[in-house]
Amino acid sequence: MAINWFKYSSPASFYPIVDKSIPWFMGAAIVLAIAGLYLSFFTTPDVLQDQKQYYRIIFIHVPAAWMSMWLYIIMAIWAVIGLVFNTRLSFMMATALAPTGALFTFLALWTGSFWGKTSWGTWWDWDPRLTFELILLFLFIGYMALHTAIDDPRRADRAAALLALVGVFCVPIIYYSVQCPDPNSLNCRALHQTSSLRSIESSILTSMMVMTLAYWMYSFAAVFMRLRSIMLEREKGSDWVKEMIGRIS
Amino acid sequence: MNSPGILAILRCMLTRDLILAIRRLSDVLTTLFFFVIVVSLFPLGVGTDMEMLRAIAPGIVWVAALLASMLALGRLFSEDFADGTLEQLILTPQPLSVLVFSKIIAHWLVTGLPLVLIAPLIGLQYDLPAGALWTLVLSLLVGTPVLSLIGAIGAALTLGLRGGGVLISLLILPLYVPVLVYGAGVVDAGISGLNTQSHFLLLSAFLVIALVLSPPATAAALRISIE
Repeated sequence: MAINWFKYSSPASFYPIVDKSIPWFMGAAIVLAIAGLYLSFFTTPDVLQDQKQYYRIIFIHVPAAWMSMWLYIIMAIWAVIGLVFNTRLSFMMATALAPTGALFTFLALWTGSFWGKTSWGTWWDWDPRLTFELILLFLFIGYMALHTAIDDPRRADRAAALLALVGVFCVPIIYYSVQCPDPNSLNCRALHQTSSLRSIESSILTSMMVMTLAYWMYSFAAVFMRLRSIMLEREKGSDWVKEMIGRIS
Repeated sequence: MNSPGILAILRCMLTRDLILAIRRLSDVLTTLFFFVIVVSLFPLGVGTDMEMLRAIAPGIVWVAALLASMLALGRLFSEDFADGTLEQLILTPQPLSVLVFSKIIAHWLVTGLPLVLIAPLIGLQYDLPAGALWTLVLSLLVGTPVLSLIGAIGAALTLGLRGGGVLISLLILPLYVPVLVYGAGVVDAGISGLNTQSHFLLLSAFLVIALVLSPPATAAALRISIE
């Protein structure tokens, strides 16, 4: 039997799922974060000489940077789904994703700046990846600013969704332009180390993956919590909300 | 009844917008003088060492052009929105993206082109060599239309909002980054005598992409804002 996916595009039928799943996601996030932090602080080897510990920032930093980019893409996907199918819930989802995405972008920048101070001797460098992450933060903030500036929720949803779509189209171009400001030179120099996932030890990789999973679970929990409030606020006049409030009180 | 061709629509809209702009010439000049003043203020702030001024000139001229073109965006649709013309434009059977496209061209002609034409004078303030002046003019000529095209999307999205002017900078400035990087980069390359062709090719590629994608996106944004 085929599942009718559109059934869950209505807030009334999706709300109970969201409501019930938040504690599970939150619990999973806490357990995974504790496990991930334990693994990354106590089981991974010291890869730098002189017992330097600062490299352990990457267990917070790299997953946060991954999340920031994924969440922007997911936000844009929900925005596009909303524009195409005109489903209210998709827009609500995109709106709920933005603050969490901005949070992870900020976390990546913040921890990255600690890394920079200890490793490169500077809090900030106009390195391509840093610059790109900063611009990503601006894009998240622009999305949220546009959404809050428009009073009519329908127009706010659609306008912000279009902005996310334009943004996701521009992101690869922006990334390329900050990566290679000089198209004449073939090697685009960067201070930032390139991805070394394939060469690192498996215990480091494992703890990084556990942390990533913890971030995912946290994102689900936080986004669903925000989604729950948005759904109740937007649908406050509808029957299912009134019925539910009647049941509780 | 024959409907007019796309060129006829373009011509009609262009004439209308240009006449309107010429009748309110002070608006056009404000943008131009904003550009000149911003660029002239930098040497007062950072010192008048010619060596350094030459080095920072491309970035400063481009950032000033970015800001000037962004400030002018507020007027792209707001007057037509205020007197109801915009709604009528949306209701016409002609494709909205063509109408929007001609409005963007008109807007660039009155706000972007003057910046391009004044740029050599600005370059002289910063002691740029003659070759680099040409590169600067050419880079602005290719780059400023991209700014108008991208900015039009933001102008349409923020139409009629409180504090739209500040909001639009938040939405649009991050998207201007590629144009800034290569626009200022090509002048830099020109000053140090490097090959500028690849920069110009990339800038032209941005222009082509923006020409194709911006009018429909702006039209969609207008429909969202007006409905």
